[in-house]
Amino acid sequence: MALRFEVLGRFNRARAARLTLPHFVCQTPLFMPVGTQGTIKGLTTNQLEDIGCQIILGNTYHLALRPTSELIDELGGLHKFMNWPRAMLTDSGGFQMVSLLHLADITEKGVTFQFKPTNVTVPFYIRIVRLRGQMFGFIFLVQSPVDGKPMLLTPEESIQIQNRIGADIIMALDDVVKTTITGPRIEEAMYRTLRWIDRCIAAHKKPNEQNLFGIVQGGLDPVLRDICVRGLVERNLPGYAIGGLAGGEDKDSFWRVVAQCTALLPEDKPRYVMGVGYPLDIVVCSALGADLYDCVYPTRTARFGTALIPEGVLKLKHKAMAEDTRPIDPTCSCMVCKNYTRAYIHCLVTKDAMGSQLLSYHNLHYMLQLSRDLHSSIIEERFPDFVRGFLQKMFPKGDVPEWVCNAMEVAGIKISSCCAPFLFSHDSELEKDAPTKKFDDNETAFDDKYTPINKFDEVAFDNKYSGKNFDDKYTSTKYFDEVAFSNKNNTKQEL
Amino acid sequence: MKFSVKAWSTSKGNPAARTGVFQLGNCPQIETPALLLSTRKGLPHFISPDLLPSLPLPDSSLLHVSPLHFMEGISSKTISSIGGLHKMLGLHDFGLAAVARDSIQCLPESSASNKLGASFETPCGRLLIKPAEYMGIISSLRPNLWATLADEVPAWVSKKRNKNSVDRTVKWLDECVALSPAGGVAFGAIVGGSDVEERRRCAQEVVKRNVSGYWIGGFGFGESTDERPALLSAVTGVAAGIDLFDSSYIYHLTIGGFALTFPLDNKTYASDLKLTGMGIDQTKINLKATVYRKDATPIVESCSCYTCQNHTKAYINHLLNVHEMLAQILLEIHNTHHYLGFFRSIREAIKEGRFEKFREMFVEKRRNHLAEVAVCA
Ligand SMILES: [Zn+2]
Ligand SMILES: [Zn+2]
Repeated sequence: MALRFEVLGRFNRARAARLTLPHFVCQTPLFMPVGTQGTIKGLTTNQLEDIGCQIILGNTYHLALRPTSELIDELGGLHKFMNWPRAMLTDSGGFQMVSLLHLADITEKGVTFQFKPTNVTVPFYIRIVRLRGQMFGFIFLVQSPVDGKPMLLTPEESIQIQNRIGADIIMALDDVVKTTITGPRIEEAMYRTLRWIDRCIAAHKKPNEQNLFGIVQGGLDPVLRDICVRGLVERNLPGYAIGGLAGGEDKDSFWRVVAQCTALLPEDKPRYVMGVGYPLDIVVCSALGADLYDCVYPTRTARFGTALIPEGVLKLKHKAMAEDTRPIDPTCSCMVCKNYTRAYIHCLVTKDAMGSQLLSYHNLHYMLQLSRDLHSSIIEERFPDFVRGFLQKMFPKGDVPEWVCNAMEVAGIKISSCCAPFLFSHDSELEKDAPTKKFDDNETAFDDKYTPINKFDEVAFDNKYSGKNFDDKYTSTKYFDEVAFSNKNNTKQEL
Repeated sequence: MKFSVKAWSTSKGNPAARTGVFQLGNCPQIETPALLLSTRKGLPHFISPDLLPSLPLPDSSLLHVSPLHFMEGISSKTISSIGGLHKMLGLHDFGLAAVARDSIQCLPESSASNKLGASFETPCGRLLIKPAEYMGIISSLRPNLWATLADEVPAWVSKKRNKNSVDRTVKWLDECVALSPAGGVAFGAIVGGSDVEERRRCAQEVVKRNVSGYWIGGFGFGESTDERPALLSAVTGVAAGIDLFDSSYIYHLTIGGFALTFPLDNKTYASDLKLTGMGIDQTKINLKATVYRKDATPIVESCSCYTCQNHTKAYINHLLNVHEMLAQILLEIHNTHHYLGFFRSIREAIKEGRFEKFREMFVEKRRNHLAEVAVCA
C-alpha cells in the first residue's frame, strides 16, 4: 500500500480527508480532470497547478497505443514524460475496449457480437481480430493502428501497462456493462470482475509505489453490489472505486448504488465514483461519503462553448452573450473571469482554439473550487449550509429534483428550505431528471461514459479547428473522415 | 507614441539599419527593430494571457490586431461599452497596433476592391470595408496605433491597377485621418506593388500628410513563398531601415509542427557557417519526425522559454501524433521566444556596428525558407 488516507472532518456520511499519494498530498472530496493522452486538452501543466489541480487521470488504452507504455517507461514514466509533478491515476483500459467495440453477450464459452463482424461499426482505429472466452475471463485482441500488431488486454496485461506508466493509483481491469442492461449479464460481469481482481493483484509488480484500486460492479442490483463490495473488501485493497455508473441509469438508482457502496466500504480507504462529473452529482455523492471523481464533462463541454457556473451552465454560443459585458461567473476568481467578458468569449467559442482554452480553464477551475469548498465546509463544520447554498443557487425556484431530496435525507442534510414543495410534487417524472436536462445541450445527448469519449473529443477539436484555423496538412483527410464516420455511427447507437 | 533612433548602421556610406526606442501607450519602452506578435482576435493564437508573461519582456508587449476579426460575433457598440481592446483583452500594459489584414486568414482581395473600399477574404466571407466603417471599428477598439486602410494589390497586377491602388490608398488615408479618434496614433499606408515609381509616388504623398509613422503594405501575398524567406525578409527589412515587423511566420511554423532552432548568438553563426553543404535546413526542426520519438532533450538546450524548460522533444512529438492542442501551445511559446531572440540579436548587431556582416551571413545562408513576413514601419 502506497497511500495514507486520513479523515480530517465529517458530517454524517460525508468526509473531508487528506490522501497522501507518492507524488502529492491531496485533499478530498476531489475532482480529477481527465488527461486522456498525456495532456489535459488545451492547458499546460503549469496552468493545472495554478488552478489547484491535484491529481489527473490518464487513459491506459490510449497511452498504450500512442506513445506506448514501453516508450513512457523508457523515458521515466508518465509523470516525467508530461512533466506533471503531482498525483496521477490511470484507468485499466477495459472501459474503452468495451465501449469502442460495442460488445454484447459474453458467455463462459465465448463472446458473441451484437453485430456480425462485417456490420460492426469499427470505431476509429480498432480492428477486431479475435475474441476468445475463457474460464477466468476473456481476452481482447485488437489491432493497433500504429504498427498493426494485435494488442492484447488481459488483467495481467492491463496491470503491466499501468506499472510501466507509473501512476500513483492504478485500476483493476473490470468487466464493464451498461447499467441499463439487465439480467444475467450483470451478474456474470460482477463475478468476472471479482475473479479478475486476484489476477490483477498477482500481476501488480509495484505495490509499494502504486496503489491498485478494485472496482465495485453489479449494476443496479443491491444484492450483486453487496457481494462485490464484500469480495473486494476481503482483499484489503488501498482504495475502492464504484464502477458501472453514469451510464444513463435514472438518477434515483444512481445515488442509491453510491449510498449502498459507501455504506459498505471501509471508512479508512478512499472511495472513487468513476465517470461522475456533474457538479450536482459530486455534491450528492460527497454527502453520501464518496471522495474521488473523474469526468471529461468540464473540458468537453468547454470545447462546445458551455461554461459551468453556480446557477448551472452558461452557453456562450447563445446570441444573448454577444452583448453581455459581465464575466462568465462574477463570483469566480479565475484568470478568465477576472479578465474577460461573456461577449468576448462568445466571439471566440467554437471558432478559435483560444475559446476552448479559456473555457476549459474556467470550467476546471470551477470543478476544483467546488472540490475545495466541499473539503473546507466539511472541515469547518458548515457542510449542510454549503449544500443548501449550492442547491439554492442551482435551483433558485426551489425545484430541487426529487432524487436529490431523497439522497439528502439519507445523507442527513435538511434541505427543505431549498425546496418549494408544491413545485416539485406536481411533476415528479420530469423533475427526476432535471439536472441532466439542465446540463443537456447537443453534446450531452450522448452520454459521457458510453460515447467513445476521447474520439468524440478529437472530432470536436478537429471539426472546429482543422477546417478553418489549421492547415489541411495538419490533419490528414483520411484520418478526419474515419473519425467523422465513427462518430456518426456511435451517435446513432448511443441515442 | 514616442520614437527616437539611437544608432544607425551604414551600408556603403549610407545610413541603413537603425535601432531605436519606441513607446506606445502604457506599454514599456521597446527597442527597435521589434516584432509585433501575431494574434487572433487580439490574443496570440494559442498562448493564453496568463502564459504571456513567460515570454521575454518587454519585447513581447507589442501585438498586432486585425480589426477584421471583430466583424462577426461582437458589435462595435459592445466593444466600446467594454472600454476598447485593452480592457476587452485584459492586456493593459501591451502596445496594440491595428492593421486591417492579418496575413493568415484575412487577406486583401484586390480584384473585389473598388473605389469605395478594400475587399478582404475572411473566415466570415468576403468583406468590403469602406474607410468610414474601418474607422468605426478603430474608434471602438481604440488601439494604440493603427494603419490607414490600404488598397493592397499583388505584385503581378497591371500598371493601371497598381496606380489605382496608390490613388485610392492616399484618398482613403485622408478620409481615415479626418475620421480618426483622439488618442490613437495613425500610420499612413504605403502601397505600390513591385513598381518602384508607384511606391515612391505613394510615399511622397503620404509623407505630406500628418501621420506618426508609415506602414508599408502590399507584401505577404501574391509572391511565391520562396521569394520571401521569413528570416531573410526580416533582415532585409531591417537593412532598409524598417523598425517594426508583423509576421505570420511563427503561426505557420507552429501549425506545421516546426520549432525554430537556429543559433541566436553570432559567434556560433561564424563557426556554423563552415558546416555548409549538409543539405539540411538548419533553421528549424520538424517535431513530427520519428527521430524525436524518444528524444528526451528540449527543443533548444540553452533556451529559457517555458517549453524548453519544461518539456522534451519526445513529448511534443507525441502531442503532435495524437493531435493534441498543447503541441501548438508549446510550439508557439518556443517559436515566439526564439524569434524575439532573433530580433534582439539584430539590435545588438546594429548597436555594435556589425549589422552588415550579420546580414551578409544571412543572405548567404537563409535562402531556403518558407513563409513570409509582412513588413511594416
Ligand atoms: Zn472563472
Ligand atoms: Zn524554447
